[in-house]
Amino acid sequence: MSRAALLVLADGRFPAGGHAHSGGAEPAVAAGRIKDAHSLEDFCRGRLHTAGLVAAALAAATAAGRDPVAVDEAADARTPVLALRITARKLGRQMMRAARATWPSAELDALAAARPQGAHQPVVLGLAARSAGLTPLDAGYAAAYEAVSGPATAAVRLLSLDPFDATAVLARLAPDLDQTATAAAATAARISDEGFDALPAASAPLLDITAQQHATWPVRLFAS
Amino acid sequence: MTLTTCTHPKTASAPDGPAVGMRATARILAAARSGTTTLPVLDGDGPFELRRLHSHGAQARVCIVGAMSAPLGGDRLRIEATVQQGAALHVTSAAATLALRGPTSEHATYDVHLTVGEHAQLHWLPKPLICAAGSDLHQTWTIDLASTARLVLREEQILGRAGEPSGHVATRLTVRRGGRTLLDQQAAYGPGEPGWDGPAILAGHRATGQLLTVDPAFEEITPDVQLLGDAPQDGQAVLTPLAGPATLVTAAAPDSLRLRRLLGTAQNTYRQPLTDLGPVRGRDVGPPRADCRPTRA
Repeated sequence: MSRAALLVLADGRFPAGGHAHSGGAEPAVAAGRIKDAHSLEDFCRGRLHTAGLVAAALAAATAAGRDPVAVDEAADARTPVLALRITARKLGRQMMRAARATWPSAELDALAAARPQGAHQPVVLGLAARSAGLTPLDAGYAAAYEAVSGPATAAVRLLSLDPFDATAVLARLAPDLDQTATAAAATAARISDEGFDALPAASAPLLDITAQQHATWPVRLFAS
Repeated sequence: MTLTTCTHPKTASAPDGPAVGMRATARILAAARSGTTTLPVLDGDGPFELRRLHSHGAQARVCIVGAMSAPLGGDRLRIEATVQQGAALHVTSAAATLALRGPTSEHATYDVHLTVGEHAQLHWLPKPLICAAGSDLHQTWTIDLASTARLVLREEQILGRAGEPSGHVATRLTVRRGGRTLLDQQAAYGPGEPGWDGPAILAGHRATGQLLTVDPAFEEITPDVQLLGDAPQDGQAVLTPLAGPATLVTAAAPDSLRLRRLLGTAQNTYRQPLTDLGPVRGRDVGPPRADCRPTRA
């Protein structure tokens, strides 16, 4: 394997459509809950330890070789809000196109055939990592980082926040990212003994509520 | 119930020492018998006193009355309820559950196991859980539904009494239907939980709750998404369909009153379809009601 593949996968310029999504930052900015670098950091920390942890664990489990369709069902059970399931599958479909072009594999082809409308994005991300020869921990890092880099980048556009400040937020979250990716890989390793209940299911009420509200906005800058 | 008291404070903090606190398991069994629901098992224990209320049509009704202050730190509490094939059970509680710190810093556990059989239905509508400052509670809901079972479940968490900081609470709700996981959800609020009071999770709201409705009829008609709540300062909620035949209302509000208003609005939405689905063994089941007037037959 080449570890550098992780840099390609986690790069914000990887053509998987993530740039069009704010990860809940757009409604939080509109509600005045994100208004500066400090509140952005609070937002990102909360998202990382809830939705981010779940995404990282789903990605790590898939990268570890668990049946992607079964992990996709576990993702459905952990995503009660319709708007977030739709977003996850749309992003999964885009990630699938990019991944099959970048690291073609029979496993990616099989998942694409089993889920023509798209699997949950973290599942596809995990399978892409596996196809690239990366580890479950690597996949956990990529998913966890994406959970905070998306909102941070969006906040720069939504608030005209100084990009230096937004990047400093991400740097301050590095220990939390280590913790999340490590926890994700550890739970993925427990599936063989405990089944998919080993995967975390952490939730964030406001992310859930505002994601569904945001989906009804007639005009918005980001798709989610 | 076993009550283990500890007079030596050092024993309380020893990780492998004897458990401090109360162990109690209450059990309810509801069964269908000639067009009505009977309760062959109604065993209260520890803080759970179980009172049978007047039946409502074919539906048996039970009220959980708090017999003592619980949960306190170190308590191990459990309620098991089984609704057998064709039976209908409605459970509520007389008062809010107040989690307190108790004599030890150890967390308390409160596990609810619900099993609902084929063509059976369960309304589980307790009053809120209040997490007082200094309390630490781990709560699990483990729910097994047969594929034709119906469920209405409400849970409400109030994070701290008026004017005090929140205690710590960690919950996990796992719902299986026909053996497959329909919903798996954890929540963790209070001291030590990263970002719990920040803009992604609760943003200063002190009351949060859910209303879960599982109904096989939703396989035919997928329910529409609904946004609930008028002014953001009075709390917000959404009703969305799950990936299976169920809906979940997720609500966050500044206080318990406004939370109850949001969930009440949502509950009214589904009162009608559930009762329309038909009688349990030829009898009308009537709308769910949250009141709890004990009766002695």
